[in-house]
Amino acid sequence: MKPSPFAYSAPQSLDEALAVLADVGGDGKVLAGGQSLLPILNMRLAAPAHVIDINRVAELSYVTVDADSVQVGALARHAEVEHDDPAYDALPLLRQALRLVAHPVIRNRGTTVGSLAHADPSGEMTAVLALTDGTVTAARAGSTREIAAADFFLGPLESCLEPGELAVAARFPRLPVRSGCTFVEVARRHGDYAVCGVAAVVTLDEGGLVVSARTAYISVAPTPLVLDLTEAVAGRAVRGVDWAAAGELAGTQVDPEADIHATADYRRHLARVLTGRALAEAAGRVAA
Amino acid sequence: MTAPEEIEQLHAVRLRVNGVWHDAQVPARRLLSDFLRHDLRLTGTHVGCEHGVCGACTVLVDGKPTRSCLMLAVGARDHEVITVEGLGTPEAMHPVQQAFRECHGLQCGFCTPGFLTTIAAFVEENPDPTEDEAREAISGNLCRCTGYQNIVKSVLRTAEITRDSRSSETSGDQEAAEEARNVSVDHDGRAT
Repeated sequence: MKPSPFAYSAPQSLDEALAVLADVGGDGKVLAGGQSLLPILNMRLAAPAHVIDINRVAELSYVTVDADSVQVGALARHAEVEHDDPAYDALPLLRQALRLVAHPVIRNRGTTVGSLAHADPSGEMTAVLALTDGTVTAARAGSTREIAAADFFLGPLESCLEPGELAVAARFPRLPVRSGCTFVEVARRHGDYAVCGVAAVVTLDEGGLVVSARTAYISVAPTPLVLDLTEAVAGRAVRGVDWAAAGELAGTQVDPEADIHATADYRRHLARVLTGRALAEAAGRVAA
Repeated sequence: MTAPEEIEQLHAVRLRVNGVWHDAQVPARRLLSDFLRHDLRLTGTHVGCEHGVCGACTVLVDGKPTRSCLMLAVGARDHEVITVEGLGTPEAMHPVQQAFRECHGLQCGFCTPGFLTTIAAFVEENPDPTEDEAREAISGNLCRCTGYQNIVKSVLRTAEITRDSRSSETSGDQEAAEEARNVSVDHDGRAT
């Protein structure tokens, strides 16, 4: 239960961090909040030769909001994003999801961009990035690229980040006008990994009719799964919508696997029920 | 066989723990929890699961509750750490320590240091929590003895003591503060 030996660098600037990463290549592992990486090191599930601690790269510690999106730097802690009022006003889904990420103490240290880079299929923020069509900015010495959520997650604990690259920021676009959102999940204990979690966004037109109903799922697929369920509810007045029908449609489109925590059928059942619940809640939150 | 310390590069760390600056040379993989216990001999910080689940090793880093088993000692360089030893003394207990004593908030005591540091910071931020907020605040700490009921009471009592001492401080009445600290409790831990 102790990490195996590794070489350690604590760069003071982004340029220095990228230079170290370019130097160590595939042997390097980036340490930000460490709330997923340290358990992995402690249990020796991984033994990187070189750890690059970016906690002193102050320029990556920011949450900014503009007319289009919320941008989160690689050193912004979950708690900082959660408690940022402008970010909440721009995209309430961030705070709604972050409240379900582990426990308050873990959120004091863990970073939002780090949890995206970790690419855990039960990580709430992966679903938020996927549902909002967000992007991750990856930098390497001399260049940066913007990666769409749909391309970023390759599989369980696997992102498309390459050796020498650092995820420096994530961008979460605002929702369309007249949209409501929520994040609901079922976990064995509050703060544990979700057995199934659903992020939902419902958008209405000026007359209060549903024009879009989209959901994203954690813990039911190797990567965050986004579903467009609009066909089940489109054009209905928001008060009369049968959200359970959208849940039934979702149930036919998820294909979860069984593990020691739940059977595949139970996860599908949860996806069905939580979808209906999440869409109803999201619709109820559309600002009049 | 070569001892790992002989082949591993050591890193200089300088950090402030409970108000005292410490200089040390540590391997990069030394966890903050092990640094506190082994290098500084501050064994009040307990180590339970070593993967962030149990909360026993929680300390305050720059005032924020943090798992010391999920932080490297080198990562704490230049930071301010408060462990359970830094909260109070037997003569001048921190409100959270007084509350745990009054409300029977501990049994075996293994998890207690993590609860005390977590609650001390929580009440500082939210001096008038609801019971739900109190439960949320301690949701990341496991206790296998108490069943949590008296720990929840201890959180609320900590807040009560803190509020009382703040209001008497603002009115400049130190005697009232003493009075509030000495308030008696019934067997449920409720102030009477």
